[in-house]
Order: sequence, then C-alpha cells, then structure tokens
Amino acid sequence: MLDKNGIAKRIAKEVKNGMYVNLGIGIPTLVANFIPKGIEVILQSENGILGMGPFPYEGEEDADLINAGKQTVTLLPGAAIFDSAMSFGMIRAQKVDLTILGAMEVSENGDIANWKIPGKMVKGMGGAMDLVASAKNIIVAMQHVNKAGESKLLPECTLPLTGKKCVKRIVTELAVLDVLPQGGFQLLERAPGISVEDIKKATAGKLIIEGDIPEMILD
Amino acid sequence: MNKIVKNADEAIRDIQDGMTLALGGFGLCGIPENCINALVTKGIKNLTCISNNAGVDDFGLGLLLQGKQIKKMISSYVGENAEFERQMLSGELQVDLIPQGTLATRLLAGGYGMPAIYTPAGVGTEVADGKEVRKFSFNGQEKDYLLEYAFEPDFSIVKAWKGDSLGNLVFRMTSRNFSPLVAMAGKISIAEVEELVEPGKLDPDQIHVPGIYIHRIFQGSNYEKRIEQRTVRKK
Repeated sequence: MLDKNGIAKRIAKEVKNGMYVNLGIGIPTLVANFIPKGIEVILQSENGILGMGPFPYEGEEDADLINAGKQTVTLLPGAAIFDSAMSFGMIRAQKVDLTILGAMEVSENGDIANWKIPGKMVKGMGGAMDLVASAKNIIVAMQHVNKAGESKLLPECTLPLTGKKCVKRIVTELAVLDVLPQGGFQLLERAPGISVEDIKKATAGKLIIEGDIPEMILD
Repeated sequence: MNKIVKNADEAIRDIQDGMTLALGGFGLCGIPENCINALVTKGIKNLTCISNNAGVDDFGLGLLLQGKQIKKMISSYVGENAEFERQMLSGELQVDLIPQGTLATRLLAGGYGMPAIYTPAGVGTEVADGKEVRKFSFNGQEKDYLLEYAFEPDFSIVKAWKGDSLGNLVFRMTSRNFSPLVAMAGKISIAEVEELVEPGKLDPDQIHVPGIYIHRIFQGSNYEKRIEQRTVRKK
C-alpha cells in the first residue's frame, strides 16, 4: 500500500517534458517533489503564477508570494505573474496540459466530488470546478477507501458533484486505474504488495480487469 | 485631476448599510487592510461582500464577520474561517459559493462592460441550478456552458503596491490576484496603496490598472501582511 508520498511519486511519472501542470492542494502538491530529473515542466498556480518554484528558505518568505494553497513559495527564472481572470482564462482555453487534484469520491463514469459534505463540511469549490470543466487531462490523487473502509470509487457519487465525466486517471494507495469513456474503472497497475483481490474488495464501482495486472514501478 | 483622499475613513465615507462591495485579495494576500479596518470601526452593516475568501477569524474579512456586519458572502473558498462556518451553518449568513474562475470572470465582465459570460465551470453540479445552459462548439469540442452575470458592486476596494494620484495601479507578485478585476468592476473604486507617487513616476508600460477605473486613492499605513501558511525549506 502506498503512502501519500508514494501516490505522489507514481503520479509524477505521468508528467511529461514540456507540460504546463496545475497541482491541487494536498497530495498533488507533493508531486512537484518527485518530477524526474531532465523533465522540464512549468507549474501553474491558479492565484496567478506560471513557473512556481519550491518553498522559500527560512527567513526569505514573502507575504506577497503564495500559491493557491496560501503557502509561501518562490518563483523560478522565467516565471510570470498574472491576475485571476487570466489564470482561469488559460485554464478554460486548455493551455494547461495536465491537472492533478484530490477527490472525496469518483464515479465509474468519471464524475468527481471534492468540495462539499452537506451539513458537515462546506469550504467551497475554489478553482476545482473550473479546472475539471476545462482540463485536457485530469489525474485524481485519492484514497481508495475511507477511514471506515468504504470504497470511494463508486457506481455513482453520493456527494455534490464538482464536475461530470471529467476524470481520466486515478492513482490511489492501492492502484492506478483509468476511467473508460464508456464507463468503468480499468485496472492498470497494483501498488506493491497489493493483490487484484484487494483492489476488487475496495472498489464499489464497475472494475474492469483484463489480463495480468502488473505491479507499479516507482523508481 | 486629483483622486487622493486622506485615509481609509475618507475613502469609505459614503458606503452605506446594505451595499454590495467587492474586495481584492487571495486568502490574506493583497487584502485592503486599511479599508477593512475602517469598515469595522464604522460599523456598517448588512453588507454583501464579493471576495474570493472570507479572511481568517481575527484578520481580514473575518473581522467584519465577527461584528456580524456581513449579510451575504459571494466567495469560492471559505475553509479558513471557523466563525464563517458557524454563521453559515446556523443560517445567520447567506453564502453564495461560486467557482473561482467564474468569480474572476464575472468581475472582469463588469469592468469590460459585458453583462454576462458563458463558462463550463459548474455544468452538471448544483452551481448550475436555475441557470441558462447553452451548447457551444469551442476548441473543437461541443459542450454545455452556463450563463453567468457580470458583477456590478456599489464599491470596489483593493490594495495595490504602488499607485499615483491619477489612480494608476501596480501590484506586486501574487498580491495582484483578483484585485485588478475587482478594481475594474466597481461603480466607485477605492485603492489603498503601499506607496503613493506623483504622476509620471510609474512606467506606463507596467501599469496593471489604468486610473480611469479608480475614483479614490490613498497611501495606506501599518500593513501587517499576515502570512496564512508559512512554508519554508532549510538552507
């Protein structure tokens, strides 16, 4: 079973040279730490950065320079700053190649829910609805099951949706899966030490298994 | 032409109970601290505030929430504020949560003189409830778009890094965020700046908001510029 860094490490392998990438809050933010050497990507932060760098060194924090998670960050050489309308303009116009974000639930037809638990948690959607409505390619980083052991990969989402039919690929602590255009989670890879049976048990939605399912290669 | 006012109190002098305000800032980054404090002190009530976030409990718009001065918030993300969550779940505070890009573009539309926009954000979700949906072909794909209306706030309030007496504004780093859009949308727009300069001191090629959009400007003071998430690495 993968920990958060493991999920981030596996997702980092999906990032290709020359991509513009938007990383969501949480596990997606960790992906930046695992992008292989030699792969040049430009990170977009929807509060108005292209070319976002790592956290600043202690004592060099700048209150005017934060990412979409409100964390202090730095700029890389060649970075650009812009306002929020342009930021979502480039997202809507599909200039951003890859969006990586978290989810509470994903359904077998690619619906995603990640912004609200009615009566309990209402933090808002932030930029997630804009991102999922427009992104060319969306990878979801999420836990396969919740703390009670219930699957979060479902026939249909039970929580209010963030977007419909938009998720393409999912990386969890147990597996890598694709959401097929006709519906269903196609199992692509198993996490180290995880069996196909384990994944079957943890997946409530339609799971498609074809042939031998290889174990993930993380390094 | 001189748009300079003395301070935040003079800038907000005619903001009345029940008005709609748009405020710049992302989280606590780039918020108009002086004007928010002046609104708190003056005790203006029943405000509708258009702002991406709602501050934290003891800073930014959180201060107006503590004083129960806000009737309605229009925001995209409000996760950092316990008092906000309490007022919302108890029904004291009306909340319209909208996608962040929709918020930005509705402000932009206000400043660009366009009554409405179409966006795909929120299609098929509860955000689309009651809204016109229309199919467009764009970028080689046909999909559904929602009609969203421009914002026309009574007052817009922003903080810029530098500004001149004509109202030309320059922002620094990501404190720009929503502020140029907010500044453009207001019927009356107020800018507080860290440094107020003479006309001619700002490079015309580097101005983010031309002064035509700004009605009142003043040199702010005592900026706290609080950091919400201080994240660092070791040398």
